[in-house]
Amino acid sequence: MRIEIEIERSNPAEGQPARFETFRVEVPRHITVLDTLIKLKNEVDGSITFRRSCRSAICGSCAMRINGRSGLACDTLVEDELHRFGHLRVQPLAHMPVMRDLAVDMQPFWNRVEAVNPWVETAPEREPAWPVERETLMDQAAVDEMDDTSKCIMCMACFSACEVSDVDTRFLGPAALAKAYRVVADPRDERKQERLTALNEVGGYWDCTRCNQCVQACPKDVKPMEAIVHLRREAINAGLTNTAGSRHITEFIKIVRSEGRLNEGRMPLKMVLSDPKKLLSVLPLAVDMLRHGKLPSPIHPPIPRVKEVRRIMDKKAK
Amino acid sequence: MKLKYAYYTGCAAKGVCPELDQATQAVARALDIELIELTAASCCGAGVIGELEYDTQLAMNARNLAMAEQLGLNMMTICGTCQGVISRANVALQHTATRDRINQGLIGNGGIYKGTTGVLHLLWVLVKEFGLARLEQAVTHPLTGLRVGPFYGCYILRPSEYLGFDDPYNPRSLEGVIRALGAEPVDYSGRTKCCGFPIVLENESNAMKMVGAHLLEAKGNGADCLVTPCPLCHMNLDLYQGKAEQEMHRKIGLPILHLPQLVGLALGLGPEALGLRRNMVDAMQLAADVGAT
Repeated sequence: MRIEIEIERSNPAEGQPARFETFRVEVPRHITVLDTLIKLKNEVDGSITFRRSCRSAICGSCAMRINGRSGLACDTLVEDELHRFGHLRVQPLAHMPVMRDLAVDMQPFWNRVEAVNPWVETAPEREPAWPVERETLMDQAAVDEMDDTSKCIMCMACFSACEVSDVDTRFLGPAALAKAYRVVADPRDERKQERLTALNEVGGYWDCTRCNQCVQACPKDVKPMEAIVHLRREAINAGLTNTAGSRHITEFIKIVRSEGRLNEGRMPLKMVLSDPKKLLSVLPLAVDMLRHGKLPSPIHPPIPRVKEVRRIMDKKAK
Repeated sequence: MKLKYAYYTGCAAKGVCPELDQATQAVARALDIELIELTAASCCGAGVIGELEYDTQLAMNARNLAMAEQLGLNMMTICGTCQGVISRANVALQHTATRDRINQGLIGNGGIYKGTTGVLHLLWVLVKEFGLARLEQAVTHPLTGLRVGPFYGCYILRPSEYLGFDDPYNPRSLEGVIRALGAEPVDYSGRTKCCGFPIVLENESNAMKMVGAHLLEAKGNGADCLVTPCPLCHMNLDLYQGKAEQEMHRKIGLPILHLPQLVGLALGLGPEALGLRRNMVDAMQLAADVGAT
């Protein structure tokens, strides 16, 4: 089939800003986006720049934005893209500076991964003497808990897809936090509390907006956002309850337990009452909401049969 | 055959967004869709309860689904977030072992869940069960010339493995509805993005940057208003729009309609019937512009 592919070309070092260049090429029907790029590089324009290695969705080198979606070029079929979007447009990953064409400077990503100390740490006195006699045994449940996050191939598709990273460069992002959970969940690691405490700060697990972009983008089903949710749960269970994020969850549960529904009039109140500055900042909004009949009463009768809901919630809380 | 659903309003339509419930009921009457409200249904957990207590959230939704099942009806939601959470719960509850475990906690309540209820958002009902051709025929006041930006919200699209309706990267259902109403859909990249609502109480600045970016992009591409199937997106885009304007140092003034409000305008329902007065960013002028009185 004869196709058109638009490639975002740029060479910042030589002052060439980004622009789309369109190539028309004859390709076999089931060709991948990566093989199309390789064909173009070999046969048409040797200067087209991109990373690639395994061509089999194992190495994670060829992640890019394909019709806006961050993913691996080697496991994306050209035909599928044309069918879905009617066109094929490739761009470098987001949130990292472009070096040339589709190749980005990966340093911002590695900085984030490094920041979570992504290795298991055991107290020196408990380090087994070398050579170790036998492997550390784990039960299957512990392995299952780490299974998703262990599958990460560091392709950076999730970091590129992350919507908080669109607006905040401090956020560690999905891959790094998934890696953090990989270690927190590891029974051999002895720095769990320290790790959870460090990530309880700005840029850590509470900054995720749970948009699911990373879960959708990940070619290996790592589910980074689920790992972030697990970190939050571990943090609350470990007593790290001093954040707005933590209060949001626990107050939400209390309100639903009492009324059966979330009372949106009570929720923000719980969040701002402890913070007079915040309280003042939301007052004008509250007045405006009242004017539009959008301010629910903080006291609301519970739903019928609310006792059933309370029973469910109390049972699981044990 | 007359369409009939177990109507799950969710919390927002009973709290901050009563206009969503009101407009849904008005549109359902106009389209002869029968809604049996699940008045004893609880919050779906919104993914928030599940962050700490996954099984509790699952059990609450098993209870909600069981109520629809006992009526022999599929459930209709009007909130993208409820749809995402309940869809996902329903997928999990198809596994016999999970369902049996969760049902243990429901014994003594209104009944256990057998796993037979379907869950459809109003948007999906309109596209899949009512049909866009029929909707087009029902239109009495085509919204000719109105340029509408669709804003899907996260949970009605992602993770798509639990939802199985729209393509998460190139959804078409809202565009289909907008066209059926005689209006014109506006393309912009923010249509599939996050409104930032889940972090608005924790990190307002980030949330407002997200809102601001999407609104300005849509407006720049010519949108007269946005339409959303999620009241939580509606809160962030509409109720917080003034804060987003402060964050972006720009006046935006883009009306945000709930899905049934837009549909209702094309069915000739007046602003009062659709609760348009409650929208924080003025939508009355827009209603007047399309001839609604």
